[in-house]
Amino acid sequence: MQTSVQRLTPYRVASVALLVLLSLLFLFPMYWILTGSVKDIQAVNAASPVWFPLSPTLDNYQRLFDRPAMHWLWNTVFICLTAMLLTCASASLAGYALAKKRFRGRAFLFAVFISAMALPKQVILIPLLKEMSFLRLHDTPWAVILPTVGWPFGVFLMKQFSENIPGSVLEAARIDGAGEAMTFLKVVLPIIKPGIGALAIFTFITAWNDYFMQLIMLNSQAKLTISLGIAKLQTEMSNDFGLIMAGAALSAIPITAVFLLFQQFFTRGITMGAVKG
Amino acid sequence: MQTSQRTALRARERRENLIGYAYMAPALVFFLGFVIFPMGMALVTSLTDYSMDSFNFVGLANYARMLRDRVFGKAMVNTVLIVAVSVPAVTLFSLWAASVVYKMRQRSSSFFRIVFYMPVVTGTVAVTVVWKWMFSRYNGLLNYVLRALGVIGTNISWLGDEAYAIWCIILILFTTSIGQPIVLYISALSNVDASLVEAAEVDGATHFKVFWKIKWPQIMNTTLYILVITTINSFQIFALIQLLTSGGPNNATNTIMYNIYYHAFKLNEYGYGNAMGVVLAVVIGLFSVVQFRLARAERE
Repeated sequence: MQTSVQRLTPYRVASVALLVLLSLLFLFPMYWILTGSVKDIQAVNAASPVWFPLSPTLDNYQRLFDRPAMHWLWNTVFICLTAMLLTCASASLAGYALAKKRFRGRAFLFAVFISAMALPKQVILIPLLKEMSFLRLHDTPWAVILPTVGWPFGVFLMKQFSENIPGSVLEAARIDGAGEAMTFLKVVLPIIKPGIGALAIFTFITAWNDYFMQLIMLNSQAKLTISLGIAKLQTEMSNDFGLIMAGAALSAIPITAVFLLFQQFFTRGITMGAVKG
Repeated sequence: MQTSQRTALRARERRENLIGYAYMAPALVFFLGFVIFPMGMALVTSLTDYSMDSFNFVGLANYARMLRDRVFGKAMVNTVLIVAVSVPAVTLFSLWAASVVYKMRQRSSSFFRIVFYMPVVTGTVAVTVVWKWMFSRYNGLLNYVLRALGVIGTNISWLGDEAYAIWCIILILFTTSIGQPIVLYISALSNVDASLVEAAEVDGATHFKVFWKIKWPQIMNTTLYILVITTINSFQIFALIQLLTSGGPNNATNTIMYNIYYHAFKLNEYGYGNAMGVVLAVVIGLFSVVQFRLARAERE
């Protein structure tokens, strides 16, 4: 990776120092969530901040789990995973067809998918809410999952990846007598796998952070996502920051752990999504 | 002979169409059902007074109402301010940070990537609630630190003061927005043709000149992508507003997206809300087109 030996100019030293300082500022909110979640009520409300909780308490977590917090976390994971699987499956099929199949209306369909991508998603939320109520899906995870899967970015991304499939390989599979299903599973999938990985990560994070959609579609206490749960804690117990931090920690820790474990995949996924997009 | 050939050809064509649409079917169902249909409904109902108890065609009345609506005007100004500050700030900062980071060794470079991407992963809501605490008037960290440093004399209600609230929101938006741009710029800068850079350096070109003449054109596509996504995301700012200020104080932090939410879900004025949504979509579309045009002009 290293291209050339770095000369230590004063500018470089100053830049790196500034960057280190900024990264401490970026890490600080995370530190404040974690330490805040184990502070007792005096420490939380102290006029001069308690930088480090010397007598940590699990009281905030106990009060958090008096509510269905684990349920909220599970709802969120269910929504994100389902949306991810459905998106990857439907988008890789459609992307492959748009790139490699010749059928009537192909160019038109692709143009529609592309133009819809420029649209701000939130704009369709009001009609979407009405539609979900009509389908009796309002206040179920599906009200959040289905529109996420419909979003055209995945199809676009997978089409770009499928362009890389050499026609000769498909031809060879056909001559070997492989049917459509066999060709897709054995030939196409292995080639577009990196693209699917990128799309999976992208969809998961998008679904996790899609607070507005969750807010509109989910109401009842047992159906909330973890983000909605924290927001609810915040409106109901506005100054109980210890409890709110416990909620924030519960939401942040699992996904951060996954992120740290699969860090290279994340950055590769983000980059590929954009370069191809 | 010829006719049978033609029928065979037609049968093959039909088969190909069938196969194509079979592949497309799942994605099409989701896309038509949950994107295109509601999009059409948004357009149609923006021409009605759709609310809890009425549904009448009112032509362009909702759009006319927007022109007279002071709060909508304020929300538009605020939204444009947020976009105008955050888009250049995010783009320039991430370009600067990436240009420092991409020359580092693997380990340090992934450390910084992780740190700046962290707020994206942690999730908007978790990040927002901790900032709310830090901004808090009586037990917030910010007031304590600034008082200890002697910058302020008395505690400030950061989110409750018209002069500061929107800047606090822009700051948080900034921290949650730079993750992806930095990662993208690092990868774009590492892909710049190294031989060109070396050749220019041998010829005695300054750092600035190397950047401007060689690197900048090669990372143009990345810049364009970053500009477009940051613009779209900043225009749609919602969670921060809803969680921190509810558009207050005195509409100082009201944005288009929050205003839509307020009208549609608090006042049940769906028709008016949808009309505002359509206007927002058009504004975002225009911005994207302008950015594309500018970038293309730059490249030529």
